[in-house]
Amino acid sequence: MAASGLRALVGVKRVIDYAVKVRVKPDKTGVVTDGVKHSMNPFCEIAVEEAVRLKEKKLVSEVIVVSCGPQQCQETIRTALAMGADRGMHVEIPPKDYENLGPFQVAKILAALAKKEGVNLVLLGKQAIDDDCNQTGQMTAALLDWPQGTFASEVTVDGEHLTVEREIDGGLETVQLKLPAVVTADLRLNEPRYATLPNIMKAKKKKIDVMKASDLGVELTSRVKVLSVEDPPQREAGVKVESVDALVAKLKESGHI
Amino acid sequence: QSTLVIAEHTTESLTPITLNAISAAKCLGGEVSCLVAGTNCDKVAQELCKVQGVAKILVAQHDAYKGLLPEELTPLILATQKQFNYTHICAGASAFGKGLLPRVAAKLDVAPISDIIEIKSPDTFVRTIYAGNAVCTVKCDEKVKVFSVRGTSFDAAPISGGSAALEKVSAPSPVGQSEWVEQKLSKSDRPELTSAKVVVSGGRGLKSGDNFKLLYDLADQLHAAGKKTRLLIGQRLLLLAPELYIAVGISGAIQHLAGMKDSKTIVAINKDPEAPIFQVADYGLVADLFKVVPELTEALKKK
Repeated sequence: MAASGLRALVGVKRVIDYAVKVRVKPDKTGVVTDGVKHSMNPFCEIAVEEAVRLKEKKLVSEVIVVSCGPQQCQETIRTALAMGADRGMHVEIPPKDYENLGPFQVAKILAALAKKEGVNLVLLGKQAIDDDCNQTGQMTAALLDWPQGTFASEVTVDGEHLTVEREIDGGLETVQLKLPAVVTADLRLNEPRYATLPNIMKAKKKKIDVMKASDLGVELTSRVKVLSVEDPPQREAGVKVESVDALVAKLKESGHI
Repeated sequence: QSTLVIAEHTTESLTPITLNAISAAKCLGGEVSCLVAGTNCDKVAQELCKVQGVAKILVAQHDAYKGLLPEELTPLILATQKQFNYTHICAGASAFGKGLLPRVAAKLDVAPISDIIEIKSPDTFVRTIYAGNAVCTVKCDEKVKVFSVRGTSFDAAPISGGSAALEKVSAPSPVGQSEWVEQKLSKSDRPELTSAKVVVSGGRGLKSGDNFKLLYDLADQLHAAGKKTRLLIGQRLLLLAPELYIAVGISGAIQHLAGMKDSKTIVAINKDPEAPIFQVADYGLVADLFKVVPELTEALKKK
């Protein structure tokens, strides 16, 4: 397979913006999302950027971006299109199902789309900053029986192989994967670009296909149920000390030094 | 009811988070077994045999397990599951466990639960979402519960007093989709950040990198005093729960606070009395760090 024949599917998730302080709902069913600023999950942005860079290097011929969720996901897809993705796919999930939509259902959708579109590279963020699951890429790879390069900090395409440098505990690891493969992006893979105004305008003309999970043969039932979402235990502010000596005394008292 | 813990190791030794995962497995009740896969597992298997609370160690040795790649380990775990029918499968929520378990779960047609901090009952788990800004309790009705365990939330299982039985399991044929090339671990005489007893962390208040020398001196002084100390520079989404966390020139952005809130004692040094970090600090010192950090280092020297 010539490297320029690579086609990439990139998953993007719409999440509460990373700078927003989330608030737990009083009835403990989740966090407040109404009227809260949403953006593309930062790790997904990195995945989009990587796909676009591979395209600019002529290693990838087409970048297809997909998002699963409510209507507003199309804004997230548009952002990816403005960054340079070629076309979008929106898998519309009814609100009732969206509450229970987890990484496993999304992985099933992504795997089905990867097959349908005949892509040979799936690029995702390593985790979403809302549920912090860190599962979708690994599960998509499993469902496709493809190798996985998770937590990537560098991706090199080399003929029929991908060389992926991964962030692991205490350092880096390099693995070589046979294509097709799934890669998940870590923080240091790249710095995503800002979409320029001309590109935002151009993105409006790009195509977004809308479909349902059932069109892909994916069932959305979930066997994991959220029982409650609560505030974390609050730390109480301690005391202010007046001087270094007072601090040292406190630390001695508490046995830290 | 029975649980399989996937052991993480470096061939030379067991990775400590495996002991936390074993503790979590013990919370479930029922028999705990451990699977060790690798190119040469003898040493780690012997180490594991002595860990309290483990009934059986399953050992799978094959060259294909070099680097413990998920593509190769998954079929092995599936074969082991087929043979022993565990109700739960878990590992530490390290890069290893996080990379591997979702792959295993998808193959078992179940949804996994990541990075749990508490087990309420064999099917109910607690985990954090939004970088620790909310705590979520989930009920898992899957036929097999697959989960990863946050190391700092469970005590390490004692490494002596156990007497597990060893059993060999045969390795399925290699998959050959992936190859481990190399590992570059940052060499340091310092402990791993996540296992450090003391973490000294510097933020924007330090202005330039040259000023980090101030923090190195402080960290060295604490380290010399026998406390495993690490320096943390810049913002990484890391979860730390050391005994002592010293935040220098850090105002305390949401993400930062989420990462270190589980520290036993937090000290904050910042010249801005309104800095959010003071809302979580046990001991706050409102002062110019360039003045007081060297003073603190000196005071520790004298001690």
